[in-house]
Amino acid sequence: MTTHYLVLSALLFSIGAIGVLIRRNAIVVFMCVELMLNAANLALVAFARMHGNLDGQIIAFFVMVVAAAEVVVGLAIIVTIFRTRRSASVDDVNLLKY
Amino acid sequence: MTSLLAAAPAAEIAQASGGVLGLSWLMIALPLAGAAILLVGGRRTNSFGHLLGTAMSLASFVVAVLAFFELLGRTAEQRRVGVELFDFIPAGQLDVKMGLLIDPLSISFALLITGVGSLIHIYSIGYMSHDPDRRRFFSYLNLFVAAMLLLVLADNYVGLYIGWEGVGLASYLLIGFWQFKPSAAVAAKKAFIVNRVGDFGLAIGIFTLFATFGTVAYGPIFEHADKASTGILTAVGLLLLLGACGKSAQLPLQSWLLDAMEGPTPVSALIHAATMVTAGVYLITRSNPIFDGAPTAQLAVAIVGAATLLAGAIIGCAKDDIKKALAGSTMSQIGYMMLAAGLGPAGYAIAIAHLITHGFFKAGMFLGAGSVMHAMNDDVNMRKYGGLRKVMPITFITFGLGYLAIIGFPGFAGYFTKDLIIEAAFGQEGVRGYLLGGAALLGAAITAFYMSRLMFMTFFGEKRWDKDAHPHESPPVMTWPLILLAIGSVGGGAFLVLGDRFIHFLEPVVGKPENHHGFNPVAPVGLITLVLVAAGVALAWVMYGRRPVPVEAPRGSFLTVFARRDLYGDAINESLLMRPGQWLTRFAVFFDNRGVDGLVNGLAAGVGGTSGRLRRLQTGFARSYALSMFFGAAIVAGALLLVGNL
Amino acid sequence: MPWLPILIAVPAVGALGVSLLPKGSDKLAKQLTLAVSLVVLALTIAMATQFSAGSKERFQFAQTYDWIPAFGVHFGVGVDGIALVLIALSVILVPIVVLASWHDTDASPDGHAEARPKRSTKTYFALILALEAMMIGVFAATDVFLFYVFFEAMLIPMYFMIGSYGGPQRSYAAVKFLLYSLFGGLLMLVAVIATYVFQAVPQGGEKSFLFTELIGRIQDPATQKWLFLGFFIAFAVKAPLVPFHTWLPDAAAQAPAGAAVLLVGVLDKVGTYGMLRFCLELFPDAAKFFTPLVLVLSVVGIVYGAIVAIGQTDMKRLIAYTSISHFGFIALGVFAMTSDGGAGATLYMVNHGFSTGALFLIVGMLIWRRGSQFISDYGGVQKIAPLLAGAFLIAGLSGLALPGLSSFVSEFLVLIGSYTVYPVYAIIATLGVILAAIYILWMYQRTMNGPTAESVKGMADLNIREKWVVAPLLVLIIGLGFYPKPLLDVINPAVKQTLSTVGVSDPAPKVPAAAEQKGAGQ
Repeated sequence: MTTHYLVLSALLFSIGAIGVLIRRNAIVVFMCVELMLNAANLALVAFARMHGNLDGQIIAFFVMVVAAAEVVVGLAIIVTIFRTRRSASVDDVNLLKY
Repeated sequence: MTSLLAAAPAAEIAQASGGVLGLSWLMIALPLAGAAILLVGGRRTNSFGHLLGTAMSLASFVVAVLAFFELLGRTAEQRRVGVELFDFIPAGQLDVKMGLLIDPLSISFALLITGVGSLIHIYSIGYMSHDPDRRRFFSYLNLFVAAMLLLVLADNYVGLYIGWEGVGLASYLLIGFWQFKPSAAVAAKKAFIVNRVGDFGLAIGIFTLFATFGTVAYGPIFEHADKASTGILTAVGLLLLLGACGKSAQLPLQSWLLDAMEGPTPVSALIHAATMVTAGVYLITRSNPIFDGAPTAQLAVAIVGAATLLAGAIIGCAKDDIKKALAGSTMSQIGYMMLAAGLGPAGYAIAIAHLITHGFFKAGMFLGAGSVMHAMNDDVNMRKYGGLRKVMPITFITFGLGYLAIIGFPGFAGYFTKDLIIEAAFGQEGVRGYLLGGAALLGAAITAFYMSRLMFMTFFGEKRWDKDAHPHESPPVMTWPLILLAIGSVGGGAFLVLGDRFIHFLEPVVGKPENHHGFNPVAPVGLITLVLVAAGVALAWVMYGRRPVPVEAPRGSFLTVFARRDLYGDAINESLLMRPGQWLTRFAVFFDNRGVDGLVNGLAAGVGGTSGRLRRLQTGFARSYALSMFFGAAIVAGALLLVGNL
Repeated sequence: MPWLPILIAVPAVGALGVSLLPKGSDKLAKQLTLAVSLVVLALTIAMATQFSAGSKERFQFAQTYDWIPAFGVHFGVGVDGIALVLIALSVILVPIVVLASWHDTDASPDGHAEARPKRSTKTYFALILALEAMMIGVFAATDVFLFYVFFEAMLIPMYFMIGSYGGPQRSYAAVKFLLYSLFGGLLMLVAVIATYVFQAVPQGGEKSFLFTELIGRIQDPATQKWLFLGFFIAFAVKAPLVPFHTWLPDAAAQAPAGAAVLLVGVLDKVGTYGMLRFCLELFPDAAKFFTPLVLVLSVVGIVYGAIVAIGQTDMKRLIAYTSISHFGFIALGVFAMTSDGGAGATLYMVNHGFSTGALFLIVGMLIWRRGSQFISDYGGVQKIAPLLAGAFLIAGLSGLALPGLSSFVSEFLVLIGSYTVYPVYAIIATLGVILAAIYILWMYQRTMNGPTAESVKGMADLNIREKWVVAPLLVLIIGLGFYPKPLLDVINPAVKQTLSTVGVSDPAPKVPAAAEQKGAGQ
């Protein structure tokens, strides 16, 4: 039964990963990252259920907290970049290089 | 041989208890204190520096004389007195206790050093009176006297070594006293470095002695010298000879002495004629138990001496610089002493006797030369002298007495001591005796020639002075030392040699010579010597006395050029040592910068270059980073699946 | 009284105090640093008077506190004769260096080839004090881990002293110094950890980093060899021995004179000290196994360093190369493993600190006046500044081991101690004595003698402060040259202890004359 949850988690994760790789819009990339995080959460909860202990659920809560924090910081950065550069494309911010 | 070995160190070293002998460290301490006061005191001591320096040297002489008489008051067996001073280097096995050994040999040297040294101090008061740095000069002279006394008075090889290098330092400072002259600075450095080559030998000789005997003190080493193998003794002997060659300017380390004449003339008289350069003879005489057990080393000493006495004499014949001619003569005379010291028990006492008389007449002649230079505006070229006997009568007479002493005019000092050496050399067995004796005999003839040449060119003939030269006799402070030294040159030989006085005096140290039979004025060897000396003088008169001397030096024959260029000693050193050395140095510097450091810097550059390329991977595109992360994760996951550990 | 922790703490606190001074109080910073360093000197003298040379204890004034009990790491300090004289060397040099560096952080006067801006004074002097604390700590440490910590921590102040206060190529030199030392240090770290891991614990014992407990615990021959190499390479870089030496000329030439003194005089001694203390005692069999290699490195270093020194055109680089030659002598004495060689090597470390220290400082004064390190820019200084020239000559003569000056005693002991066991190496090493005369006297001749160069005219002689810098060093050089007994008396028992741990004894003389004489004399 839990296998379905895991398959769904894997699908969501893959969609998120592909989105991160192929999309340029920072907001979309950001949402894809969120998707990957939640896919991982789903897998954690599913495993917790499977093994009958609460560890996975606890970690899922941690992940949510981190994700929330990340949203706050990440969106702030994206908004700032958009204000200065008039663009939300991740390919336009490549100044941090060699 | 064995009986001699036993005879030499037979006299036990007694410990001094009170008396002047117990205070003999004052001999070293006084001049050392003088040097320290003058150097530390600086300009404040300018006004009395020369007086203090002279007083310290004289005080040291007084102590030496008192010690000498106290020693004379003892029986011959008790004339070896040790004075313990302090624990110098207490280490594991090596335990150097600094102490003095007052015995007939060392006290003879101490008297010579302080006596002649004090006269030269007095002379220098006048000679250096116009030099702004006179105080510094006297401090160096005092330093020299202290170091030289330590050299001869120490009761162990480390003490000797300290004195040995100490006189080297004093010599370095004094040769380069007029350091603003590049030639003086170069000569000083050369003297020090050539001496260091000799010191290298001396040091390794001391190491070998220590490794063999477990101590560096004279007493136990000499007592047990006969128990060491001949091979070791020969090695030590040859190493000590190397040291002696450096300090005494013997072949092949002779080249520094002629350059050393860049120093002020009193320095040449004191250090490079009377005392320091004879330290090699002292070393060999002092180490007589070692040399007695090593005939090969002894022969080497004699050969070096014979070769140098000829080389020095030949150089002396061609020099127009009065000091360099005398320097060649010094080399030659020390060659005589080395030859005598190499003859074993038959020669030690004679060597020292000649050393002492040489100290008198050579110091006197150097000071006389200084007096002449003083009169001639410091010109050293004898071709510009001539006819000085009338304007400088005292200098002329004292110099003349020294001259008669060195050529061995009957009755004068050199006559007794040098004849004994020639005789002893002929006394050797077989061909060796004829070769060594022949060399000594030939040397006597050449000595007569070059010394007469020097006399004729300087004091006789017509005036060849520069226009602005106004020669005059030197002040009394300079002539009195000349007179006193001349007295020594006249009477010293007879006093020491007649009645075998000195030979008996030295017996407790060097042993009794085999079949020695007093001084014989009509021995065949002595008569032949006289004839040859007369021939040398006559030849010089024909060439330089009768004919006018050209002011410009003629080109001269091959032999003259050969002698003038110091037998190509410098040329050999330059082509064999200096040029390859410079090349080696340049190569080493290049190798260090490009090779060793180049390797390191190359490594650094390699790392830098690689990372310079690698950093291009950081493109700044976030999505490419994401892609590489994705692949990385995939590879890790794949690897884990493959291993099957998950 | 916990002497050693106090000795470490006083300069450390002093460093903190100096660095916290308000801006613009340069003079106060200097005075405070000098005062602190003098207090440390006084404390050390007080401690040394309590030291008993004949004591049976391995380390005196020993204090051991647990630091990381889980790994047997202690804050363990204590000294034997060897460590004591090296601590004494450090604390004597520091006040002299402070006094000598009085103006080193000022902007360079006009007319110098290389204009330097004014730099933070209090930082520089705080660094000196921090370095002093670490130098005392590194010699006092009786715990191998603690030794390692000090060994590496010393790099930090020195890195900044070279990198921010040095000559035109300071950052190149500082980075080179740091990388070289880190390379050696990390090898040593591996060896330190492995020593802990591989020690053979006796029944009822625990694993420990304490030096006294580690002795004899590494028994496997192969392990010994690897660990020996780990330690030895670190020390050979630090000392430095050829071929790990090329960082030293750069670092010493670029560092300010005072820092160069501490670098060559004390920091580098940690390398040779480490060889004597750790390489020999912890890994005695490996030390014997590698002796031929080390002797070859030492002898090559002696001759090679001297030859390269002759060819230098820069005075500070020249002195650095002479030091490489001298470190060869020290290593030769350490690995000769005789009581004379060991005592000579230890004494050499002290004497070299004084004589090379004096040489660096005097050359520094010369360079401060003229602004050039090149020999060719000088000439005839003796006429203008006789005191400066005289001090230079004495320091130089000490560098060439002239008898009567301190370094002679140590060089003689090293050579005689190694000659009894390895005559060939000793003879080659003695060649260094001739070469030393060439490099010192040639440098002296070219800078001080001859006609006075146009560029040095008007050069001032030593002022009062400089006299106070030079005088103590010259007094020590001459005094220890004539009477080295006080130091040797302290060093000898410690060296004997070391050699008995290693299990070697001196060779007996072939004709034992001295023993017989002693018997006869009694």
